[in-house]
Amino acid sequence: MQTDAIDHGHEAKPTHLRFQFSDSARQFHAAKFGMWLFLGQEVMFFSALFCAYAYYRNQFPDAFWHASQHLNTKFGLWETVDLLTSSLTVALAIHFIRQGKRGLTSAMLIITILCAFIFLGMHSFEYYTEFHEGLLPGRFFHPEASIHLPPESAMFFTCYFFVTVLHSIHVIIGIIVLAIILAFNLRGKYSSAYYTHVEVGGLYWHLVDLVWIFLFPLLYLIT
Amino acid sequence: MSLAVVPEAAPHEAAQEPDYIRAKSGVLSWLLTVDHKRIALLYLGTVTITFFLGGLFALALRTELLVPDHGIMDAMTYNRMFTLHGVTMVFFFMIPAIPGVFGNFFLPIMIGAHDVAFPRLNLLSYYLYLAAVILGLWGMIHGGTDTGWTFYTPYSTTTTTAVLPILAAAFINGFSSILTGVNFIVTIHTLRADGLHWMRLPLFLWSIYGTAVIQVLATPVIGITLALAGVEHFLGTGIFDPAHGGDPILFQHLFWFYSHPAVYIMVLPAFGVASELVGAFTRKPLVGYKMIALSTFGIAFVGFLAWGHHLFTSGQSAVDAGVFGFVSMLIGIFTSIKIFNWVASMYKASIYMTSPFLYTLGFFFLTVFGGMSGVALATISLDVHWQDTYFVIAHFHFIMAGGVVLMFVGGLHYWFPKMFGKLYNEGWAMVAAVLVILGFIGTFTPQFLLGNEGMPRRYYSYPPHFQFLHVTSTIFAYILGMGLLLALINLIIGLINGPRAGNNPWGAPQYEWDTPSPPPEHNFSATPVINRDPYEYRGQEIIENAN
Repeated sequence: MQTDAIDHGHEAKPTHLRFQFSDSARQFHAAKFGMWLFLGQEVMFFSALFCAYAYYRNQFPDAFWHASQHLNTKFGLWETVDLLTSSLTVALAIHFIRQGKRGLTSAMLIITILCAFIFLGMHSFEYYTEFHEGLLPGRFFHPEASIHLPPESAMFFTCYFFVTVLHSIHVIIGIIVLAIILAFNLRGKYSSAYYTHVEVGGLYWHLVDLVWIFLFPLLYLIT
Repeated sequence: MSLAVVPEAAPHEAAQEPDYIRAKSGVLSWLLTVDHKRIALLYLGTVTITFFLGGLFALALRTELLVPDHGIMDAMTYNRMFTLHGVTMVFFFMIPAIPGVFGNFFLPIMIGAHDVAFPRLNLLSYYLYLAAVILGLWGMIHGGTDTGWTFYTPYSTTTTTAVLPILAAAFINGFSSILTGVNFIVTIHTLRADGLHWMRLPLFLWSIYGTAVIQVLATPVIGITLALAGVEHFLGTGIFDPAHGGDPILFQHLFWFYSHPAVYIMVLPAFGVASELVGAFTRKPLVGYKMIALSTFGIAFVGFLAWGHHLFTSGQSAVDAGVFGFVSMLIGIFTSIKIFNWVASMYKASIYMTSPFLYTLGFFFLTVFGGMSGVALATISLDVHWQDTYFVIAHFHFIMAGGVVLMFVGGLHYWFPKMFGKLYNEGWAMVAAVLVILGFIGTFTPQFLLGNEGMPRRYYSYPPHFQFLHVTSTIFAYILGMGLLLALINLIIGLINGPRAGNNPWGAPQYEWDTPSPPPEHNFSATPVINRDPYEYRGQEIIENAN
């Protein structure tokens, strides 16, 4: 931008350095710090739902246990494995770009995005089953005749749908973010000297993963 | 330039550099700008409109309340009107006003930076806010809603009025607020000029920092809560609906977990402006810099743990109520620390009496009485008597609305010469300030009395013996409205016709007054170095404010 107008004494500023920053290290730090703060707000965003969950589970412990039995734990487990894998690959993407290996970074980003799609696919299948079985929130809660659940179980599915849909929206946003970063990387924008987006996007993806790590036991593994 | 704060800065070739208003021209150069000063002006235009809109709603309410029964509108319109007044003032005016306008404009200048850390994100914040305002207005035109700005369930999930667009608007506005908070925190951490260590940070920025922390940590909770209420309204998912095992009180907890700290999102920036004005017009170093700065974080922290005082009569346990009441009173201590230091700063000072400082004095009055009535309300036994009466209305209008309005208008008068490079007519500004302050006190003092006698809030009709106090309140509300209109007209005339302001017309010691008025596009020609404290009074002359 208008770097020239305020550029006194510095010879060649790197092209990624914006005019308001004096050096790349500070700009990188600012971006990372900003993302950490944003993750802080994400945690609070989900916290309200976790609060609602804790409150209602405390109110209706039996209904929550019964309802939880009707979730597909195998699917939940594989989704967890899938997301953990994607966290590893996004971490490797950051690792490789630090060494300047753009090709491997792209490969890792592609695997991460694939894992995200697999997660969405598996979860859609779960939703599909639950729609069929009538295991839905509030006034839509009409379980099939073969399923015997106390009426308070509706609240479990209210919590379940709110929190997993919100999480899935985050997965979709994650896919978009990672796809943009992948496109930039394919065009050769990043190097070992500048990889801010990869690092920051990776941080975001870890949060999406982390939320699921909490959701899986809270929803699928109630004993 | 006789007073260089930045002796290391390159000699002033900045004088020839065009200022930020003239640097570029064309509508798009404004709408797509990433310059924090231009974004501040976009905010200024928008919050001025929402402020006057919210004010018009308020005057309509006051006009209806001139008579005990049907006056100018029916009961349903009245319900919609108080909801629109609350939503517009809280979400579209008070939350974005001071951080959006003065925070954006002065944060980078005060820390010697060329812009905020994320200029494009800053513009996105503005457009999210604008989208929220437009969506909110659209909802208002399509019938509005009658839930009150608190959207309590189960009413908000069953009302037939257009609650969804208003909820969505508040939700989107929350994201604007969060992104602004993130941006400001990162900017203060990473872009301070050399020599500007933390204990040299202007007090306005300590306030903005405390505000930003609350914005980032509390706003997401209201976002998800309003989303839950909206989805429940739309689909009947049952999360707050007793028919499906849901609990409406959970909504109140989640709502106030944000909305109580949100009071400090609104009022902490006002405290920050007050500190700057005291620092500028007492013409001696500010007393208790550290205490004022630290008390900001006391308020921000304790504010997170006080939400239960809104639920004293909602079936909370006595222990909870006691703890929340006690914690709420602690806020009074932190606020007093600020007030004592401001008053101590004024002691034996050669006060330069101007319209901005008059607003500050009015602000002190409102804060002291609003704050003390708040401590009284935190007392459970008293609150049971005052809950949902005009006493509460008067209390929060004194402390929250009064604080923000007086310090927003006062701050605008104070920084106007810096922002636009022009001077306004000080005489008329004084008249407007007197009208605003008198109007404010006169509008809400009768409401304290009404509430104490048992007049409930949000009621359309009232017994005839309350009429005298209601009429008094309405008359002063009109005076307040006229005062604000006069201030606006005076500033607009100043903007068009006012004489040129020099760099430091008030002779104020703070950093921002050492830049040209208005500042050039990137604020400084070279990155400045700060080598003094912000309130170090250096015997500046009051230069050109003799009109």
